[in-house]
Amino acid sequence: MNLARVIGEVVSTVKDPNLVGTKLLVLQPIAASGEDTGRTLVALDSVGAGVGEQVFFVRGREAAFPFYPAEPPTDASIVGIVDHWDMGSDLDFPFREK
Amino acid sequence: MIVAKIVGTVVATRKDERLVSTKLLIARPVDPHGKPEGNYLVAVDTVDAGFGETVLIVSGSSARMASGMKDCPVDAAIVGIIDTIQVRDIET
Repeated sequence: MNLARVIGEVVSTVKDPNLVGTKLLVLQPIAASGEDTGRTLVALDSVGAGVGEQVFFVRGREAAFPFYPAEPPTDASIVGIVDHWDMGSDLDFPFREK
Repeated sequence: MIVAKIVGTVVATRKDERLVSTKLLIARPVDPHGKPEGNYLVAVDTVDAGFGETVLIVSGSSARMASGMKDCPVDAAIVGIIDTIQVRDIET
């Protein structure tokens, strides 16, 4: 799973029948430092997130699981809204990006 | 899922039999502002998209969940035609 900022909304009329009634949001992945990292993507929302919020999302085949038993064709889904996160004070933490 | 613009079509006579009668399109990924980025890709069309349209592409094994793509050898499927994208970065 990755952290991201919700930066936009997508409107689509003609779409796969299994996507009807779902919300599509534009995400900008962010690093632990809060900076943007990597390309934007479109994700399906399963938690009621909105523009401006920080969320975490899951990629791959598992992205359809929050909508079980429906099987929408998605490779990215928002599965949580982040209230806040904490990092250790050691800035050289080996897994820290950037 | 990625946003892409349709820039061409693919014609293939010899192909996997599970791909027979599918429509293959060439897509160029774009960012939400419409700027091209990344490499061209070939995607199966499941929503009757056409040349010049901005579409939503699902990739990886999830592409097989698009309608009619069950058990097909596919890793990119067009699952939606995008009408508009509102990005807060643009509006403010």
